[in-house]
Amino acid sequence: MRNFDYIRPASLPEAAAAGQLPDTAYLAAGTNLVDLMKGGVTAPARIVDITRLPGLSSIETLPDGGTRIGALVRNSDLAHDPVFAKTYPMVADAVLAGASAQLRNAATVGGNLMQRTRCPFFTDAVSACNKRAPGSGCAALGHATRIHAVQGWSEQCIATNPSDFCVPLAALDAVVEIAGPDGTREVPLTAFHTLPGDHPEHETALRPAELITALRLPPEAGSFRGNARYLKVRDRTSYAFAVVSAAAALTFEGETIGRARLAFGGLALKPWRVEAAEAALAGQAPSPEAYAKAAALALDGAKPTGEANAFKIELARRVAVRALTLAAAGTPARIPALPASPFGIV
Amino acid sequence: MTATATPLNPAAGTRHGSSIGQPLTRRDGPLKVTGQARFSADNLPPGTLHAALCVARIAKGRVTGLNRSAAEAHPGVVAVMTPENAPKLAQDPDAKAGPFIFRLDLLQNDRVRYANQPIAVVIAETLEAATEGARLLAPTYATETPRIGLDAGDVFTPDSVGVGAAPSESDGDVEAGLAAASRTIAATYETPAQYHNAMEPHAALAQWDGDRLTLHMPTQGLAISQGRLAGLFGIKPDDIHIESPYLGGGFGSKGVPSGPQVLACMAAKLVGRPVKLVPTRSQMYGPMGHRGPTRQTLRLGTDAAGKLTALDHHILTASSSFDDFFEPAGRATSTLYASPAIAIRHEAVRLDTGTPLFMRAPGEATGSVALESALDEMAHELGMDPLEFRLANYAEVEPITGKPFSSKALRECYRRGAEAFGWAGRPLQPRQTRDKDGFLVGIGMGTATFPALIFEGMARAEIRADGTGTVELGAIDMGQGAWTALAQIAADGLGIGMEALTFRMGSSDQPNAGIAGGSGHTATAGNAIHAAAGDVIAQLAKLATDDPASPLYGAGNAGVTAAGGRLTRQDDSSRSESFADILKRAGRASIEGQGEADADPAAQKSYAMHAHGAVFAEVKVDPDLGQIRVSRLVGAFAAGRVINPRLVQSQYYGGMIWGLSFALHERAEMDPRTGRFLNDNLAEYHLPVNADIPAMEAILVHEEDSVVNALGVKGVGEIGITGTVGAIANAVWHATGVRVREMPITLDKLLG
Amino acid sequence: MIPAPGLAGGGAPAICNGSSLCQPGPSMHIPLRLTLNGQAREIVLDDPRVTLLDLLRERLGLTGAKKGCDRGQCGACTVLVDGRRINACLTLAVSLDGAEILTIEGLAEGDRLHPVQAAFIAHDGFQCGFCTPGQIMSAVGLIREGQAGTDPERIREGMSGNLCRCGAYAGILDAVQEASRPTGQVEQREDAA
Repeated sequence: MRNFDYIRPASLPEAAAAGQLPDTAYLAAGTNLVDLMKGGVTAPARIVDITRLPGLSSIETLPDGGTRIGALVRNSDLAHDPVFAKTYPMVADAVLAGASAQLRNAATVGGNLMQRTRCPFFTDAVSACNKRAPGSGCAALGHATRIHAVQGWSEQCIATNPSDFCVPLAALDAVVEIAGPDGTREVPLTAFHTLPGDHPEHETALRPAELITALRLPPEAGSFRGNARYLKVRDRTSYAFAVVSAAAALTFEGETIGRARLAFGGLALKPWRVEAAEAALAGQAPSPEAYAKAAALALDGAKPTGEANAFKIELARRVAVRALTLAAAGTPARIPALPASPFGIV
Repeated sequence: MTATATPLNPAAGTRHGSSIGQPLTRRDGPLKVTGQARFSADNLPPGTLHAALCVARIAKGRVTGLNRSAAEAHPGVVAVMTPENAPKLAQDPDAKAGPFIFRLDLLQNDRVRYANQPIAVVIAETLEAATEGARLLAPTYATETPRIGLDAGDVFTPDSVGVGAAPSESDGDVEAGLAAASRTIAATYETPAQYHNAMEPHAALAQWDGDRLTLHMPTQGLAISQGRLAGLFGIKPDDIHIESPYLGGGFGSKGVPSGPQVLACMAAKLVGRPVKLVPTRSQMYGPMGHRGPTRQTLRLGTDAAGKLTALDHHILTASSSFDDFFEPAGRATSTLYASPAIAIRHEAVRLDTGTPLFMRAPGEATGSVALESALDEMAHELGMDPLEFRLANYAEVEPITGKPFSSKALRECYRRGAEAFGWAGRPLQPRQTRDKDGFLVGIGMGTATFPALIFEGMARAEIRADGTGTVELGAIDMGQGAWTALAQIAADGLGIGMEALTFRMGSSDQPNAGIAGGSGHTATAGNAIHAAAGDVIAQLAKLATDDPASPLYGAGNAGVTAAGGRLTRQDDSSRSESFADILKRAGRASIEGQGEADADPAAQKSYAMHAHGAVFAEVKVDPDLGQIRVSRLVGAFAAGRVINPRLVQSQYYGGMIWGLSFALHERAEMDPRTGRFLNDNLAEYHLPVNADIPAMEAILVHEEDSVVNALGVKGVGEIGITGTVGAIANAVWHATGVRVREMPITLDKLLG
Repeated sequence: MIPAPGLAGGGAPAICNGSSLCQPGPSMHIPLRLTLNGQAREIVLDDPRVTLLDLLRERLGLTGAKKGCDRGQCGACTVLVDGRRINACLTLAVSLDGAEILTIEGLAEGDRLHPVQAAFIAHDGFQCGFCTPGQIMSAVGLIREGQAGTDPERIREGMSGNLCRCGAYAGILDAVQEASRPTGQVEQREDAA
């Protein structure tokens, strides 16, 4: 690991000022950053430790009924907050389906949004990778694995975003609150992560020296609480990244679906929300046919990047159907023993 | 059913003395649960420097440049060891002096033969500086196209497979057997390269004092390591002192010293200070061996009644470009089922990877996947129950050799396992069963087998005038429980209680107890201890029975037994004398004895010696999503005398979990274009986690064997994996109707 | 004050909470106050790259926590920081000023094993013992979190951040279940002594 200057600012403005120095990285828990530094994937000259910044560690219910989550709230504290888990059950499920208890105890909400891809050609620090070394090419393109994208990819990058947490957040219209040298602003989560296009080195909407201060869930997000599920298909029962995952949430008006939300993980470089599929569900009676139609719409335009990930398109359809079916059946009273697992949420 | 549903039953093993057969908890337990057990990398003598490896990120070619000055300029870096300045060795590390000598990459040239091959070592005052120094070397290469994958090389027949086994074996005419069969099947199965991934990396802390080397290093073979290092450094084996009291797992990968461990010794020589080198996890994918990949084709023929008429097993495997270890995947086929015609043939290719090595149940694990799957496929073809089919082809004598088995309680394993599992009534057709939640449920079985091996080993024993005793030998505990089981044998052999026993092992200063491998260590070390203790007792008995003042006078050596710190006349239990009294009267402070163990050539010539078992698996599969979960595993195993049923049960569980891992998880992925790994880490090279583990039961089936060795013990460390992989693969088929012939069975293969 | 070009002018705010934190990396001397296994410790770190795991193992002689992967993928380095289980390998020591750290060495009270330690021995919850300190600290953390109770499925899930290559998982489950019983006090078993 390259040596670095360690800076521990006492306030947000100090942090933002320090963040303007070239080659600087913000450190929260470091569960991803330190890992990447050990792997030689990133080598900042300066680390700005934001973990002591005041005011970023609480979960508040807002006057409008929404919820504001400080960027430094630890993943496990969020998932185990009884009010939060009750109001946004699929977010809690998704948090608990990610990583391990140890990592969740350390990792922060803001850090979760900043997770880098697990593409092996990115993490190996030597292969051609436009994201790590702009202009070097994409080694993954000729040898895509099951981890690689089937939606939203470009010839420059076929990586995927590994976060579970972001998938239901995208479905629920979460908003990212940002602070920087020029003050504060906010960005919808669905616009926070950027698709690779020609510039996969740009990964988020953050500008230089900006940092995430909070996530906000709008009042409407809580209205799905009774019919919201996150489902994560993976190669081992726990402690594994998603092969494909989906967050599905519904409201009902009598016997028909009122509003629907559907987003996927494991398909693209951002949580893949499909509003066309949501619209198709609205006003429909909940039925396997309606779910299948929505799922088909959701995978519209999907294209594999190799033989190894072609299966994910059909799998994602089935995951969507199952997640919608589970959501329609109702949120369970308690977070399942195996959160988000097909074996945990019957 | 939970793991404790089967109470530990001391009677499951024959009660031998006061200790053998008892489910004692681990004697090293208190040290291990408090963090006090000192593994190799836990040592840090004053003045120790830290070393870090720089490894090749190409698979074939040459290193053309290393930025030595950048590394040297990094604060804290003391030295950079490259082929330019690496100490010259007394012996070419590519010289091949025997089957347990593997070629090593020790910075003697600029050649790269596989990805993650060490190409430089940076030595520094701190671990952080060494690690960054290694990164700063930023090597450049002249790259050649690597050969990766079983289709990448020219096929040839190796001279031998495994350690010295013939590449081909046969009996009868397979083609005639197939022609005469009323039913035949042919199927090809693939198993991937797998990596041992012991939790403890292959650390070494090396310190030189002139030409004497002290080494803290986890090894499964102290004397083998001494011999190898002595050759490389041109010193006497006795001048190498290795401490290896605890191994954080070995599974074969610590059977011989790895290159990085030797590099630690070279680095310490270069800088004249103690050096600690602990490879990173990814650096263990290459220079520490692995299970070679296989492609296996089975052809089976049966008559109308389901008796095999032919069994043909062809194996294609791979070794490295520069050394030989060929996965002996045909081994189980030569011992398990009776057939008038059996043919086994291994072929291989050479690839630009590290050299494969023995990995838990080498040969049996890979081979039995194919064999047990093929048996299941044939049973289905015949419309027979898979267990019934196996019983119909039960080998009463070892196939091919025709030797009788020294013992074989496999029928009892089938019976007890099937009963405990609830095998009866299994639907013959697949995809018949769903549980209440709608998951597809399938059950399958496999036969487990592993040879009962014993190697050369020695031990020393002593009884002192205070009635206490000592046993010592260079035995190794890598998790199997040697600290406990061998002490039990020692206590019984000396006829004293555990509290009176001092038991020492894990150092090269002790008598050579052979290699802890091949499931043969308890047999080897245990019989050496048994013999050494017997030597002590015989001397003690002679003192007493020759002495008219002793109540044992006249009984003769064979007329007394040793127990509870006393000798007692066998024909008159009222006549006994304590060890302490015998020694005191003789004016002796102690009596020392030696013992040896080795294979008995006469027994080997006359008998086939194997452990056996039957494994039953239940799996659940999501019908739409393909995700798999093993829900139950029951194994019944017969492996001779059980020294400690608690430890044996854990060994079986461990083996069965390896089987689950083989069936569903493990696969090293490489980029065929570069030979680099895509998952040389524990996040993406999946080992099962706790949530993957089903309810388990291991049944210890009683088996007595007076031929296999004096103690009557067979090995238990590897057999668990052998039947389990096939059982799970067969259960997945039974659940889904999809026969996956390429391991691991992942959800994408079940989506249909 | 940080010697940072671009911040010097314009009345830039102080961005360090201590001037010693602001020295350039190689010559850094970073004071660190920790409560380690109940004892207050003052440590001066000369390198900000040192992880908590390497601080414990290579600088403080506490080698109970193990390095199995160094990348947060195996759990062998699990310790409790401020009562919560975390991976020590991914935690920069410098970020822990003021923290309370409990390692396997601080778990037993004298010769009396913690109930989780005793249960691991009684249920044979380990073989080689390398992952064991991490498993035990993880189990202690799991029990403190109070999410799993004695439900075997929740314990399995909760312990899934700790790999065991020997495959001692069945014994680990039994041990954690025993130690999780609400009655709390587990008899110090004779065979576990």
